[in-house]
Amino acid sequence: MSRPHNKLVNIPSPNMIPQRDSDKSPILECQHLGIDFGGLTAVNEFNMAIGRTEIAGLIGPNGAGKTTVFNLLTKVYQPTRGAILLDGKDTAGMNTVQVNKMGIARTFQNIRLFSNLSVEDNVKIGLHNQISYGTLRGILRLPAYWKEERIAHERALELLSIFDMQDMADAQAGSLPYGAQRRLEIVRALATNPSLLLLDEPAAGMNPSETAELMENIVKIRDTFQIAVLLIEHDMSLVMNICEGICVLNFGYIIAKGSPEEIQNNPEVIKAYLGTGKGE
Amino acid sequence: MKKITKNTRTNFFTYALVIIFFVVIQTLSSGGLITSSLNGQLIPICAYVVMAISLNLTVGILGELSLGHAGFMSIGAFTGVTTAMALQNVIPYGSVRLVISMIVGTLFAAVAGLLIGIPVLRLKGDYLAIVTLAFGEIILNIINCLYVGVDSRGLHLNILGGVQKLGLQSDGKIIINGPVGISGIPKISTFTAGFILILITLFIVLNLINSRTGRAVLAIRDNRIAAESVGISVTRYKMIAFVTSAALAGAAGVLFSMNFGTIVATKFNFNTSILILVFVVLGGLGKMWGSIIAAAALTVLPELLRQFKDYRMLIYAIVLILVMLLTNNRQFFKSIWSWLKNRFNSQSTAKTVGKGGNAQ
Repeated sequence: MSRPHNKLVNIPSPNMIPQRDSDKSPILECQHLGIDFGGLTAVNEFNMAIGRTEIAGLIGPNGAGKTTVFNLLTKVYQPTRGAILLDGKDTAGMNTVQVNKMGIARTFQNIRLFSNLSVEDNVKIGLHNQISYGTLRGILRLPAYWKEERIAHERALELLSIFDMQDMADAQAGSLPYGAQRRLEIVRALATNPSLLLLDEPAAGMNPSETAELMENIVKIRDTFQIAVLLIEHDMSLVMNICEGICVLNFGYIIAKGSPEEIQNNPEVIKAYLGTGKGE
Repeated sequence: MKKITKNTRTNFFTYALVIIFFVVIQTLSSGGLITSSLNGQLIPICAYVVMAISLNLTVGILGELSLGHAGFMSIGAFTGVTTAMALQNVIPYGSVRLVISMIVGTLFAAVAGLLIGIPVLRLKGDYLAIVTLAFGEIILNIINCLYVGVDSRGLHLNILGGVQKLGLQSDGKIIINGPVGISGIPKISTFTAGFILILITLFIVLNLINSRTGRAVLAIRDNRIAAESVGISVTRYKMIAFVTSAALAGAAGVLFSMNFGTIVATKFNFNTSILILVFVVLGGLGKMWGSIIAAAALTVLPELLRQFKDYRMLIYAIVLILVMLLTNNRQFFKSIWSWLKNRFNSQSTAKTVGKGGNAQ
C-alpha cells in the first residue's frame, strides 16, 4: 500500500486564514503535529493555521485521523511529535482541563451529554469556570452564591436561546431528541467561553432541513461570539457552504488544503474522498 | 417565586421527613410510649442515618464505590472519644465536649479521606472500592494495637507496646487500651444532638449537590470525558466529595461511640461498612431521603424481629430482598397493576360473555 504523503498536492494558498483575518496572528497553529499508537502512525506532519474568526473544515474518509486530530488538540492524547500553538502559546504538557481554560471547547462524535441532568444543568456545568464562588460559599449559601447562580441561570437560558431551546431547560438531557442533544452539546461547549470551537460531526443524524438550520447557526455563533470554528463533517453541502478553509486528511496525512473551490477541483481529493462525483 | 424546581421540593421533603421523625419520637417519648429497647436505638439510628447520607454522597452522587466507610467512622469515634475523655477535667459541660470531640473526629476522618483520596481518586475505575476495603481493615488493626493514655503531662501514645510502655504517671489514666478499646466513656450523646447532626449533614450534602461544586461532581459521575472537556478538574471535585463524605462519617462515629460505655475497634468492621452500603442501595442511589428511611428502618428491624430468635436474620434477609424488589423496581408495580387489571377485566368480560350466552 503506497503512502499518500509522497504525493502531496500543491495548493495555491498554503494556509487557511481568510483574507479579513490575515493581519492578525492565527488562533490555532499546528506545527508538524503527529502521533503514533504503538507502531501505527495515526496522524503525521499535520500543519494547519486557523484564523481568529474563521470557520474551517476538516474532512477525509473514515479512519483518516480527523477525530484523532481533535483529541490531540484537546489533549485527550499527547502528541508524539510537533507543537500546538493556541493564541501563540505552546500547549505542550497541558491537559484537557487546561486547554479548555485556554479556550478550546469541543463536541463529541458520539454525543457525550450529562444525560441524567437537566438541560439547564448541562449548560451550567459548561459555565463552571465562568462562575467563581467556591465550595464553602455554595454550602453556606452566602450572597455570592445567589448572585452568581442567578447570573448563571440567565446566561444558560441566553445560550440555549441560540438554538431556541430555552423551553427545554427543565427537560432531562438524555430524553431529548437526537438533533437537540447535538445542539445542546454545542451550547455546552460555547458556555465554556472558547476562542476555538471544535465540532465533531455536528450534522450527523440530522435531516436536510435541520442541517440547513445548523449551518445558519454555526455562522451565527461565529458572528456573535467572534470565535473560530473547526468542524469535522461528512455532509459536503455543509462543509462547502460555510467553511472558509478546508483541510483534507487521508491516512493521517494532509493531502490538500484550501478554499472550498480549490478542494472541489483537486483531483487528489476527488480520488481519495469524494469518489467519482463532482462533490456538490 | 413562581418556579420551584423538583430538586427544591425533594430537599424540602427530606428536611420535613427528619423534623417530623424527631417531633414524633419526642412526643412519644415524653408520653412514655417508647419501649426502652427502641429508646436505646435512637442515637445509633441518628448515627447510621448520617453515615448513610454521607456514603450516598460518595456512592450515589460521585459514583465511586466505597467499601470502608466504617473505617472513617472508627477514626472519628476513637479520636473524638479520646478528646472528650482527655478534656473531661478541663471542660465540665458535656454538650461542649461533645461538639469539640465531634469537630476533632470530623477533622481526623477528613484527613484520612484526603490521604486515601490523593493516590486513588486520580485513577479511573473501581480502585477506590479496593483501597477503601483495605483501609477499613488497616484502621481496625491499627486501633486494635493502639494504646493511648493521658496524665498531667499530656497525651501518651504507643503502638504495639502495651499499657506499660505508655509511661503514665500515677495520676494518669488509660484511654485506648488496644484490643479492649475504650471503656468508661461518658455518655454525652443525646437524641437531640443526633437530630441536629442529621440536619447539619443534610444541609451540607444537599447544598453541596445544588451548587457549582455539586454540578461538577454530578458531571464527573455522568460522563468523565465530557466533564474534562468543559474544564472541570476531575480529581479535585472527586476529592471534595470524598473528603466531605469521610468527614461526616467521622462526626457520625463520635455521636455513635459517645452513646456506649465501651467501644472496640472491631465494632467498625467490614460488616458495618456493608450494612451502611445496604442502607444506601436500598434507599436509592443519590436519594438522601431514601437513605434516611432505609437507615432508620433497617436499624430498628433486627430488634423488632427478636421474637423470631434463630430465624431473625433469615427474615431480615427476606425483608431486605422484598423491599429491594418493591422500591427500586417500578416495573414490579406496573406488572402487579396490570395483572390486577387483567384479572378484573377478564372477570367482567366473562360476565358479559355469560350474559351474551344466555341471550342466545
